[in-house]
Amino acid sequence: MKLIILNDYDQVGEWAAKYIRNKIINFNPGPDRFFILGLPTGGTPLGCYKKLIEFYKKGEISFKYVKTFNMDEYVGIPRNHPESYHSFMWNNLFKHIDIKSENTHILDGNAANLVEECDSFEEKIKAAGGIDLFVGGIGPDGHIAFNEPGSSLLSRTRVKTLAQDTILANARFFDGDLSKVPTMALTVGVATVMDAREVMILITGVHKAFALYKAIEEGVNHMWTVSAFQQHPQTVFVCDEDATLELRVKTVKYFRGMMHVHNKLVDPLPPK
Amino acid sequence: MPTNKSVSKAPITQFVNCRILRDHKLQREDLWVREGRILDPEKLFFDEEGYADQRVDCEGLIIAPGFIDVQINGGYGIDFSQATSNVRGGVALVAKKILEHGVTSFLPTLVTSPPNIYHKVGTTSTPVLSTCPVSHHCCHLEGPFISLEKKGAHPEQYLRSFQSGGMLDLIETYGTLDNVAMVTLAPELPNSEKVVRELAQRGITVSLGHSVANLSQAEEAVQNGASFITHLFNAMLPFHHRDPGIVGLLTSDQVPQDRTVFYGMIADGIHTNSAALRIAHRAHPTGLVLVTDAITAMGLPPGRHTLGQQVIEIQGLHAYVAGTKTLSGSIATMDMCVRHFKQASGCSVEQALEAASLHPAQLLGITRCKGTLDYGADADLVLLDDAINVRATYIAGQEVWRK
Repeated sequence: MKLIILNDYDQVGEWAAKYIRNKIINFNPGPDRFFILGLPTGGTPLGCYKKLIEFYKKGEISFKYVKTFNMDEYVGIPRNHPESYHSFMWNNLFKHIDIKSENTHILDGNAANLVEECDSFEEKIKAAGGIDLFVGGIGPDGHIAFNEPGSSLLSRTRVKTLAQDTILANARFFDGDLSKVPTMALTVGVATVMDAREVMILITGVHKAFALYKAIEEGVNHMWTVSAFQQHPQTVFVCDEDATLELRVKTVKYFRGMMHVHNKLVDPLPPK
Repeated sequence: MPTNKSVSKAPITQFVNCRILRDHKLQREDLWVREGRILDPEKLFFDEEGYADQRVDCEGLIIAPGFIDVQINGGYGIDFSQATSNVRGGVALVAKKILEHGVTSFLPTLVTSPPNIYHKVGTTSTPVLSTCPVSHHCCHLEGPFISLEKKGAHPEQYLRSFQSGGMLDLIETYGTLDNVAMVTLAPELPNSEKVVRELAQRGITVSLGHSVANLSQAEEAVQNGASFITHLFNAMLPFHHRDPGIVGLLTSDQVPQDRTVFYGMIADGIHTNSAALRIAHRAHPTGLVLVTDAITAMGLPPGRHTLGQQVIEIQGLHAYVAGTKTLSGSIATMDMCVRHFKQASGCSVEQALEAASLHPAQLLGITRCKGTLDYGADADLVLLDDAINVRATYIAGQEVWRK
């Protein structure tokens, strides 16, 4: 694991966006060689998306040969509901960049057969050749996507009932009215994300600090599903100062000491 | 090209680099148009996997819904109340010229006239073709069922009352009500209640004006279906603190809950004092509808012009009866009214633009397709700079005028 510790939310968004940008450019995608990106929703990646849009507008990056697979979507709310993950991705990323709709994949929470929808999503990932970089966030209860505490670390894309904690955390997007928050969602499984060739997790804010501690300093445990990535060969955790508040001083010092090396990963690449 | 063409093969235009008026705010969003209507780009992306064929760079301009003028008597030498040999051509000429002022829909207004004028002009108008009733095919009949005392410039000999009981008088006078969008009448005339109710039931907007009605008469008319006031303050009793008259409708508590009383304002800085404009706006901001009430002389160059029986002299923004200082009518243009209204009332750009687009559309009950930039609405657009000068006008997504 690489633990990237930055000062604040904005720096996290910028570092992550630069990392993604450099990955795509180094991959050198083309019409028969797409870069496959897994994407999250929520407050954490917003800053990263804004920066990616900036890089696109400056001409530093193109999404023409990028395919995306989102982690999750609510069950039962209309696709054009302002809080659906389809709306989120459209408003916060897709409408600002040059990605083609047929290269984006988001689970359909209104599919007639939800199990089939999940299975077919796994097939689509396989057909695309697997995910090159899966970007994700972490819940206050340590979940990755909607893999709530107790989710199998070998789980695949499936229907999940949401934990009360998650519903509470999401209430702010539904006018603070708990009765309006969806209770079920379709989500990629822990193993689905583990299959990616590389994983990048973004963690910001003091309310995520305990989850980060459980994820990287304690053991692999299905109660804190992000801990599964301790067993992934290529994981990057990008966090801000506040998110490190529950970590050992030793851990923080060790990784801060590596920043001068890790920052090379986001240096601007020489033009072709 | 839309890649799966599952809904339509028609080309898609994307207006970029603009600020659009939506949900009462100017927002930095692109505007998408297909087949003359505003398109939902999210639906296009997910359902049709489509994207734009053509991009129009708006260079930072504001896009507002095209302006709607519900009271305009003519312009550029054309008088809508004259039975010329080419009524349709006259209306079309004005329609084309006022695109320069950002007006994409209007109601040609006929002042009090003899029955033969109504019959001639009414039958010449082409029947409404589009699903949305406001184009220049629907007119506003201002009179002749108005008050003698408040006739203003209307010819006295053609004023009428509801002697045959109401609707009969209307049909006798107007001939047909097929192309009528609005009627201005004085509600104090006996038998007016039935007329107001019947017109409102037919979907024709009833407006109170050229009247000496007191507040209760005006309120009764509103309860019977009247929903507009023709050029507030002009041709009605002045506000009085014990009987506010028609002006009192702005704050009346007798207006049914689900309804709004709208009022026309000629905000040219001449027909209404700025302080009076502000009083009305502050009392009832959501009902204000900007109108030009422009006469034949609007759009003509300064100097003397003979129009019908009158000689008019245009000096700057004023039109006088030649040789006098008597105003002969308004020569205001709609964009000028929007600018003046904003400056005089201190309102926001959004409110000024809505007074000329959303509010008239709400008045006429046509917000499904006019007066907004909502998905599915007709793409009648006006592009403006921050000083509210018109730079380009579009009808059904096609550019029809550019500065």
